Amino acid sequence: MILFVVSIFLFLLKDALSLFGVYSVRDFLFGKNWLPISDPPKFGMVPLLLGSLYVTFGAIIICVPLGVCSAMFIAEVAPSYLKHVLKSLVEILAAIPSVVLGFIGIVWLGPFLRNWLHLNTGMCGLTGSLLLAFMALPTVISISEDALIGVPKAYKEAAFGLGATRWQALWRIILPSASSGIIAAVMLGIGRVIGETMVVLMVTGNSPVMPTSLLQPLRTLTATIAGEMGETVGGSEHYFALFAVGLILFVITFIINFIADLCLRKARK
Amino acid sequence: MLAKGKKMNSAKRREKVAFVILGLITLLIVVPIVMTILYVVKNGAGAISWEFLTQPPRNGMKQGGIFPAIVGTIFLIIGTMLFSLPLGILSAVYLVEYAKDNLFTRLIKLSVVNLSGIPSIVYGLFGFTLFVVFLRFGTSILAGSLTLAIMSLPVIITATKEALESVPFAFREISLSLGASKWQTVRYCVLPYAIPGILTGTVLSLSRAAGETAPILFTVAAFYLPRLPHSIFDQVMALPYHLYVISTQVPNMPAKISFATGLVLIALVFLMNLVSIILRAHYRKKKQW
Repeated sequence: MILFVVSIFLFLLKDALSLFGVYSVRDFLFGKNWLPISDPPKFGMVPLLLGSLYVTFGAIIICVPLGVCSAMFIAEVAPSYLKHVLKSLVEILAAIPSVVLGFIGIVWLGPFLRNWLHLNTGMCGLTGSLLLAFMALPTVISISEDALIGVPKAYKEAAFGLGATRWQALWRIILPSASSGIIAAVMLGIGRVIGETMVVLMVTGNSPVMPTSLLQPLRTLTATIAGEMGETVGGSEHYFALFAVGLILFVITFIINFIADLCLRKARK
Repeated sequence: MLAKGKKMNSAKRREKVAFVILGLITLLIVVPIVMTILYVVKNGAGAISWEFLTQPPRNGMKQGGIFPAIVGTIFLIIGTMLFSLPLGILSAVYLVEYAKDNLFTRLIKLSVVNLSGIPSIVYGLFGFTLFVVFLRFGTSILAGSLTLAIMSLPVIITATKEALESVPFAFREISLSLGASKWQTVRYCVLPYAIPGILTGTVLSLSRAAGETAPILFTVAAFYLPRLPHSIFDQVMALPYHLYVISTQVPNMPAKISFATGLVLIALVFLMNLVSIILRAHYRKKKQW
């Protein structure tokens, strides 16, 4: 296993380093232009990184409140038969392949948003954020729910004993006690969203410019790799630049998962 | 007394309001899930016919069926299973039954956690550079299956670990006390009871793999390949990639066919999920402890 992680890292690093032999690291990390086929090519990853951050931010803003609230409902409010139904529905959502959601974004959500918000195009950051929020819900819901259920029963009973209503116990006692588990859920949700490829490739409009709002077409790190890999020549600068983007993604998700793991471990204690 | 009663009431009322809001939010999530599936079913069901399922695409994908993509996806599922199942189960058995709690073990566990968080497109890049280029497998079923297998490993390992850990400790103690070796204990007294959990996790992770597009983009998927593969070094079409291609790169694609392709993909994935649920229920009934 260690071998796999290390070899994934090394293989990405090897090809990414080939880029930095001919292209400066600083221009790659801080360059504001991603123009891989112009002459001379420019591989500034800032617009792509910002694209990823914009879309992820949008998705998390939508997904976390909804996800945590419904986790609260499933864990503490819903009667047991409803709990089963809701949990299986969430599992069904987790099972829908991302490419199908991307397709729905193209045929329905994109055009719908364009008409509703009077945009130039429905293929924009917002469409991506909405679909990604939808996709990240199962992760956020199931992990928050585990965290809420994992709170010792004695806490709740003590609150009831002092005359608290179920809502007061849930809001003031259980939710704060589950906070590190919920933070882990949010981190894992972010990891899921930032790494998702197909949906953003299909619906965010594929334009690698500096994003200024979510209502514009933009492009993420993941979509850049998926979209451009097929057109590059093996061994070219462009090819290596895509591996460098992959390396950045790897590092970002590595850090996010590490934090999530720490939170989960803390929650278990 | 009166004041206290009033306070109680308002707390009760607030509880009611809060629960209704939570319920509404949950509804807000549930409705789109149901709608999404109904939407695909409604628009896709009409185009599904025997011909659609058994014929290759014709006329620039606009007519005919998706048979090669279905077959390709099934080959990929089988290939993925062949690589990931033995490796995943053996690693989990090692972790649960043999490994001591030291730095090495902790590193392995951390790696599993991190493997599960790596974006699928990064797996695609890795599979491309390692299997396709470095090991010279070319874009092939072999390269694609290996890539998907590495991606599925963390889920299989986690599921197997949980299944093994849920086998009561007494089973091991009794077996060992009767003079069985460590391996005999694992083989005859632990693994048989963990199999349902392992199967459930495996089928789930395979259904994930079946729906993935990003890892197969550069490692196996063919844009259009009406014949069936002859060897593991052939390219194949795959359902998720096919849906991606026809919905983004083929102009004037009849929506009906895209919907039907999506429906077949969803149906395949749900079928695998259903199998895993049935397996779980079946074995749970037989469980005797």
